Order: sequence, then C-alpha cells, then structure tokens
Amino acid sequence: MKYLTEYRKPELVEQYLDQINQSVTRPWTIMEVCGGQTHSLVKNGILDMLPKNLQMIHGPGCPVCVTPLNLIDKAIYLAEKKEVILCSFGDMLRVPGSKKSLLESKATGADIRILYSPLEAVKLAKENPEREVVFFAVGFETTAPANALSVVHANRAGLKNYSILASHVLVPPAIEAVMDDDESHVKAFLAAGHVCAIMGLDEYYPLVEKYKVPVVVTGFEPVDLLQGILMTVRQLESGEAKLENQYSRVVQSDGNPAARSLIQQVFQVNDREWRGIGSISKSGYEVRSEFSNFDANLKFQIDIEEAVENGECIAGQVLKGIKKPYECPQFGEKCKPSTPLGAPMVSSEGACAAYYHFATAMEGM
Amino acid sequence: MCLAIPGKIKSIETLEDYLVRMAKVSFGGILKEASLELVPEANEGDYVLVHAGVAISIVDEEEAHKTFQYLKEIGELDELEEG
Ligand code: SF4
Repeated sequence: MKYLTEYRKPELVEQYLDQINQSVTRPWTIMEVCGGQTHSLVKNGILDMLPKNLQMIHGPGCPVCVTPLNLIDKAIYLAEKKEVILCSFGDMLRVPGSKKSLLESKATGADIRILYSPLEAVKLAKENPEREVVFFAVGFETTAPANALSVVHANRAGLKNYSILASHVLVPPAIEAVMDDDESHVKAFLAAGHVCAIMGLDEYYPLVEKYKVPVVVTGFEPVDLLQGILMTVRQLESGEAKLENQYSRVVQSDGNPAARSLIQQVFQVNDREWRGIGSISKSGYEVRSEFSNFDANLKFQIDIEEAVENGECIAGQVLKGIKKPYECPQFGEKCKPSTPLGAPMVSSEGACAAYYHFATAMEGM
Repeated sequence: MCLAIPGKIKSIETLEDYLVRMAKVSFGGILKEASLELVPEANEGDYVLVHAGVAISIVDEEEAHKTFQYLKEIGELDELEEG
C-alpha cells in the first residue's frame, strides 16, 4: 500500500478498494482497452491492491503498438525520399519496422520531424513549398479529429504538398475481436474515456447487447479506474450487462458532434490490419476519395516488399489478453525497451513496456 | 499518446488562411497553439482538453487543475516539450 499516500484522494482510494473487495465473490477478468489506463494501473500499483481473483487484462489500447509493420516500412520508405519531410508523434519513431525504425532512418539523414500536432505539419508544408510534407497519422478515435482537421486546413489553404499516411484504429471493433476469440476469457471492459469524449456512447450499446458484456466508460486517474472497476464488478456479480459512464464529467453521451462530423467528412471506415492480431473488419479509417490528393498512399508510388512479423514476439496474444507480457519467453531477455522485438515494448503505453518499467510493482515475477 | 491534456485559453486569434479560431493555451505555463474549431463556444479564460493541437472539450477549472496535476505526477506531459 506504499503508493496510497501519493494519491490525490487516498481516502477515496481506500473506500473504493474496500467496496471492490466486498463485492468480488468469484474470479473475474476485466480488460482495459486504453494504453493510458494500463500505464496508470501499473504505475500506481493498483494491480497489486486489487483482490487476487480480479484479473485486469491489458488490451490492444496503443495505436502505435498495433500499427502494422508494413505501414512503418512505408513511412520509412517515404521518409527516405529526398523531397519528403516525414512528420509524426514522438512515440512512433522508435517502433521497429522490418529492417529499422524511423529513428534509425533519421540518424542516417532522412528528414523526419517529431511534432505535437498534425496542424504544425500543415504549417511546415506551407513554409516549404518545394518539399512534400507527409504526416504519419496514427491514432485511435481521439486523434482522428486532429488528423482530419489537418487535411481540411491544407485543402482550404490550397496546399498541394501535404498528405497523410493514415494509420487509424477504432476501439469497438477491437472489443468485438476480443469477444469473438475463443481463447479469450474477458468478461467485461473498461472503455477509453477520451475516445468516448469524441465518439460518445452510441457505438457501445450494440456490443453490450450482442455479447451480454458490461462496458464501463472510464477515465485514467487512479480514482477513476477504481470507480470504473467497482461499477464493472457490481454488474458482473449481479449478472447484469449494461453500458455505464464513469467519466461523465468529461464524456457526453453524444460525444463531440462537431468532431464526429469532421471525421466523417474526411475519413471512411475500412478493414484494417492490426499488428500482432491480424485483420479486423471495419476497424480503421482511410482518407475518403474526395480528399485523395491528401492520401500519401495514393500520392506516392510505394514500392516495398510485404514484411513478415518477428516470429518470437507473441504481441498478438498479449494484446488480446491471452498471455501476460512476462509469459513471453523474450520478455526482459532479448526484448527490452532499448532493444524491442515488438511494438508493445516500444511505446510507454504498450503493455510489455509498462510491465518492464514497473516490474518491481508486479507480482509473480 | 491518447490522453488529452487540460489547459487554459490565454488568447484567441482568427487565422485568415484557414478561417479558423486558434488559441494560445497555457499548460502549467507552457504555451501551445490549439484549434478551437471543435469547441466553437470556448472563450478566453475557459479550460479546454487539448489533444494533438485540437481542443476537444471544455472542462471546469477544478477538473482541469486536478487532471493536469495528476498528469504531471505520472510524467505524462513529455509531449508538450516535443516538437
Ligand atoms: S515482450 Fe517483446 S517479444 Fe514478447 S510480446 Fe512483448 S514485445 Fe513481443
């Protein structure tokens, strides 16, 4: 319990923990979908405080981790073109492609820039009319409005030298993929608060209905997580399966309608490859044909071989919650944050990296 | 990378090129630009959740302070320093 004093509201934490302890009478497995939540659960030592028969499974909640190898190779291919300035979020740079990472490519001279926002990339395109600026647009639904907005801005400004390499993934289809997998024993989900701040709650009702599985939209702070877990456990124990919103101070039931219509204007849903998991139908966004001039996939001839995943990495099973990171034979041996074999070891939100960094707080290791 | 960070709107200007309202938002003293297109009702002095340079919702001051403090404690503000 050494972590408790660091919390903003230690009394509340105690109170929720007590209630969770009292509520749990049988073993349950709950998956948190969002990598930010994984990070918070591990870093704050919450996993240690939960009752033994309550298992938290860390879902595929890190868009960087599930970006396919092939797409990273494409980004590297583009970055190494003389005329291209390739931009992305910092997390993306260290992820290994089939031969190297963007960071390694940068070290050998490719013009790769880490940006905080895709809107900065549009600015860069405006300032560098003789160059091609490509934004490697990774993210969940939370990031889709920013990426869509960059396309809208570039279009309005009449820019011909801006495009995005879209690598978007969606949360509800990932929940379906987990539920459809016979090996998975997940019985309930904490859904990602900031994703729902954009998308609202509507998409989750059909999931609750179809799979009879409790889904609780939850924030990422310790008190939020504990409250979300408590709400979930109460449903499980009473045999209910409802959608509940723990994070209502931020998440409205219709999300942000302006953001949703912006996403629809620029993107359409497509089938999508998830690294380590495989193809999930209707689980990503691609640029609509109206904006095809801004789609790096169409703008450039990208001529590369289809890459093969590293066979030693069991990221797929980790991301679906079938195995824990420390059950991977490579964990902490061949695979460390400094020499990652798979993407979940790279991003700070990846399940393997979260476990590695805070391994001492974990049990059974 | 999926977290949205709360900050306070210090000033607002309209960018003629893109016809958008952009704000200077202070995150504990670090100033960043954020588009206000998705929160058209936001004004100077309001607190907004910002993700990747776009404000996605308005939050109250207390929530903003608490969340910011928490993100700082767990070291999740690095991305503000990037770029
Ligand atoms: S520990 Fe490394 S090799 Fe094992 S699943 Fe995680 S990323 Fe893959």
